[in-house]
Amino acid sequence: MALTIHQERIDAALAAKLIKACPFGALSYEEGKLSIGMGCKLCKLCVKQSLGAIEFIEEKLPCVDKSEYKGIVVFVDHYKGIIHNVTFELLGKAKELAAVTGQSVMALMIGSGISKIAEELFCYGADSVFVYDNPLLKDFLIEPYANVFEDFINRIKPSSVLVGATNVGRSLAPRVAARFKTGLTADCTSLEMLPDSDLVQIRPAFGGNIMARILTPRTRPQFCTVRYKIFSKPRRVEEFLKEITLMDIDGKFLTSSAVIEKILEKPSDVDISEADFIVACGRGIKSKADLAMARELADLLHARLACTRPLMECGWFNAKQQIGLSGRTVKPKLLITLGISGSVQFVAGAKGSECIIAINSDSKAQIFDVARYGFVGDLYEIVPNLIRKIKETRNVQ
Amino acid sequence: MLEIFVGGEMNILVCVKQVPGSNEVQVDPNTGVLIRTQDNNKLNPYDLFSIEFALRLKELVGGSVTTLTMGPPQAKQTIEETISMGCDTGCVVSDRAFAGADVLATSYTLSQAIRKLGAFDLILCGKQTTDGDTAQVGAELAEHLGIPHLSNVSSLVSCSAKAIVVDAFQENLVITEQLPYPVLLCLDSEINTPRLPSYKRMKEHKAEVRILTLTDFEDKDISHYGLRGSPTQVQKIFPPEKNTDRELHEGSGRQLSDELAALLVAKKFV
Repeated sequence: MALTIHQERIDAALAAKLIKACPFGALSYEEGKLSIGMGCKLCKLCVKQSLGAIEFIEEKLPCVDKSEYKGIVVFVDHYKGIIHNVTFELLGKAKELAAVTGQSVMALMIGSGISKIAEELFCYGADSVFVYDNPLLKDFLIEPYANVFEDFINRIKPSSVLVGATNVGRSLAPRVAARFKTGLTADCTSLEMLPDSDLVQIRPAFGGNIMARILTPRTRPQFCTVRYKIFSKPRRVEEFLKEITLMDIDGKFLTSSAVIEKILEKPSDVDISEADFIVACGRGIKSKADLAMARELADLLHARLACTRPLMECGWFNAKQQIGLSGRTVKPKLLITLGISGSVQFVAGAKGSECIIAINSDSKAQIFDVARYGFVGDLYEIVPNLIRKIKETRNVQ
Repeated sequence: MLEIFVGGEMNILVCVKQVPGSNEVQVDPNTGVLIRTQDNNKLNPYDLFSIEFALRLKELVGGSVTTLTMGPPQAKQTIEETISMGCDTGCVVSDRAFAGADVLATSYTLSQAIRKLGAFDLILCGKQTTDGDTAQVGAELAEHLGIPHLSNVSSLVSCSAKAIVVDAFQENLVITEQLPYPVLLCLDSEINTPRLPSYKRMKEHKAEVRILTLTDFEDKDISHYGLRGSPTQVQKIFPPEKNTDRELHEGSGRQLSDELAALLVAKKFV
């Protein structure tokens, strides 16, 4: 599997064009010869533009018998039995993916004193739940957890492994994937299942402005990690009749050379620059008392409250809450701006936001140039009703 | 308090990477061709923290700091930069056979290079790179080397001849772990404030940058490297959905709030 260059068909002009086309600077042209360096990522863009001068030659590489591996397993991320929501989101996604191949959805839970809690996983779509319950597995330690994961894969042979991209997941998944010399795609933003059980993994590549569609076509299992809140949490459905499968493992696999000395809970006071959800107030807010409305909206969305410079200067907010060139830079998943006109200075600190929703009464406000969703109207009419609607939706759920 | 028990010299290896100076790579929406806006390269900014960590540790307990990178021959500049910051020696792993490597093949290649370079007590990796952004090479490298690893390391607690004690983030927890050598740590960017390269030192200190190729490795089987050794395959690349899309809603306050509530639900913010 390689790129072959037909040098006789390359002239200086074509070489220059190809060098320019290569996004990785992997091509060079010296003394009438085009060569490919190790920066090459095999994106094959040069092949397309080379008028046949560069050829991609497929090579048949060894491939596992895919029929030996069945089902999708979700690794259960939990701390002291409290299951991280990313686990439920992945179970929901796994159910959709499994429907394509008619395979089963499994959950793998590792810990101590967790067997009862593990039953909850059935309520979110797991067809079977495998539990390694042992006092030696009380806290996450890489060596025993990787050994347990290895034991599970050897015995159950899942086709796909979905792991939440938490600190634990991002440490454990690559460790186990490397042990099986198989592929791992980190931080997938979309997953699809092909009929032959190949998992299509889509993620931003090369810095984030390009998406890559990635397959693990020759090895099993296929590992991927997915961040929290990429997929939706499925509705909980009560299940009584299913039983968990308790898995035994020899204690010699549960030893760790690393020792935990202590565990501390971090204070939850996060800076607005770390916040995933932000409601920001601008001069459209007429009085300090009206901030209560903004705060209520923020609380409902589990968002942090932030402001523009004028509101900080008038003493309604402290400097740590100001977004902008002279304040903090934020990169939340959601930024709702209330009565913010969108000065260049403000935008400089806010443009990294994944989604900006702006509410402003002036349809010509600059904020609407950067907001993904603009709502032209009076925030005093919109926000109270919005709060009511969100509460209603919550109650229905 | 930092307690240090000097117990001989510590050999530290730091994995670094040369990354594009700008990550503004774009796709031409009409032709699907990647447009490179800049081609100047720099040291992955997250690696500055591991270099700083290594240098401070060396100052405390003595020993040596070696940097290692995999990349094209010009990645030598990056190693020279690390030497100008105070690292003792460095090595570039470069071979066309390594082209197209994914996480598995990259980490395996690095593990072969480390085996060749000698015995290290401590191997450090940054949190992630700014180009690949997978944050997975460190853990896979530790697996290939058969040594424990710890990710999201946030501070050094103490260090003795036998083990290192560090704090690491695990979601909302701070875990204090004692790890015996050899061990691989992936460092969080909260760990320190990195120093700047010294150009004076760069002039004075001309360390040789070692180049390793496939022929230097113990495992010379070409199928374990580059594209052949990569279980994942990029099937295609494509531009993301346009984020320049803008949607403007106008109407009565009531109508707007209904639409906004529906939008928040559809986007899973509620």
